[in-house]
Amino acid sequence: MQLIEERLRSLMLQSLAGDAAAYRIFLDELTTHLRSYLRRRLAALPDEVEDLLQELLLAVHNKRHTYGPTQPLTPWVQAIARYKLVDLLRRRSRRDVLTDPLDEDDQVFATTANDATEAQYDVAKLLRGLPDRQRLPILYVKIEGASVTDTAIRTGMSESAVKVGVHRGLKALAERIRSIE
Amino acid sequence: MKTEDLVSLLSTGAEAVDLRLTSRRWLLALAGGALIAFLLTAGLLKLNPALWHETSKPMFWVRESYCAVLGILGFTAVARLARPGFRLGLAPVGIAIAVIAMWVLAVMTLAAASPQDRAPLILGHTAGACPFLIALVAAPLLAALLAVMRSLAPTRLRWAGAASGFAAGSIGALVYTLHCPELAPPFIGIWYLIGMLIPTGIGAWLGPSLLRW
Repeated sequence: MQLIEERLRSLMLQSLAGDAAAYRIFLDELTTHLRSYLRRRLAALPDEVEDLLQELLLAVHNKRHTYGPTQPLTPWVQAIARYKLVDLLRRRSRRDVLTDPLDEDDQVFATTANDATEAQYDVAKLLRGLPDRQRLPILYVKIEGASVTDTAIRTGMSESAVKVGVHRGLKALAERIRSIE
Repeated sequence: MKTEDLVSLLSTGAEAVDLRLTSRRWLLALAGGALIAFLLTAGLLKLNPALWHETSKPMFWVRESYCAVLGILGFTAVARLARPGFRLGLAPVGIAIAVIAMWVLAVMTLAAASPQDRAPLILGHTAGACPFLIALVAAPLLAALLAVMRSLAPTRLRWAGAASGFAAGSIGALVYTLHCPELAPPFIGIWYLIGMLIPTGIGAWLGPSLLRW
């Protein structure tokens, strides 16, 4: 436990300093931990696991400026995970009141692909719904891996507009995922 | 999209994060909110003409420190509640101690006064208006603190809203003292507190819907 904390914390600090490779390792390892946490917590709702996992990763990304460098990392992640989990269950309970009361019987027949890494909603599809000033910077910088400068030239936007577009676009994405249910 | 693709998306081209941005936002919210509160006090309510004269009275400084201490403690709670994984800490205990200290001072003042002087010590000249004026002066501060809170990641939304309201209320009260002619501890102990609790209640009410993320 202590080892995980130390490792993830140092990766996080490197990420915050701008090390994208460290950030990738950080998110990969975080994904593994969060997936097994969510599988335990959402044992009755296995189809929600990957959805919530992706929502959590976006939340960690969008809110990483709230991590204090002197603060232990585990409680920070834990608090975000718990918050999003409670939010999901609250959303579901509100929806379930209005819909099929036999929901629970369904699960007997539900196929639960344990190793599915595909979420039910499609982030790629949600991404296509964003306005161009957010969609293109995310497409070029984050998916194709182009530099901010090249993206600015290709889109005719300023470099700071490209950065703002990525930032706002990812926030808008999280917002859309949240309002799906 | 697969989760591994999302991880790749998020990490590709990730840049350094400016961690001082949050403190700058808080500072701006406090300074901007306090400035508008001051303009409301000076423009709409007028500054107390006897202000300079009153600075020589010890009770003037007791009242100022009381509001300032509550403001600092309230803001400490705000800053902690805005980030995941922080405990609330001892700020609420400090707030309770300050409020009780003011009440003790109020009871001592009332006990020392003759019976016919007690009602004026409690009601002053402005008891009816004071809480609402404090809430009014605190409004821009509340709006500014909630706006910054929205850019962060509070996980206990009602508490985060309430703390923002309390911090706004006590800093607003501090600004309001520039107008307020009342110095009696019973007055401060009752009406100032109610004035601070109005934005606290509004913040607690707005928190869950306004601060969701």
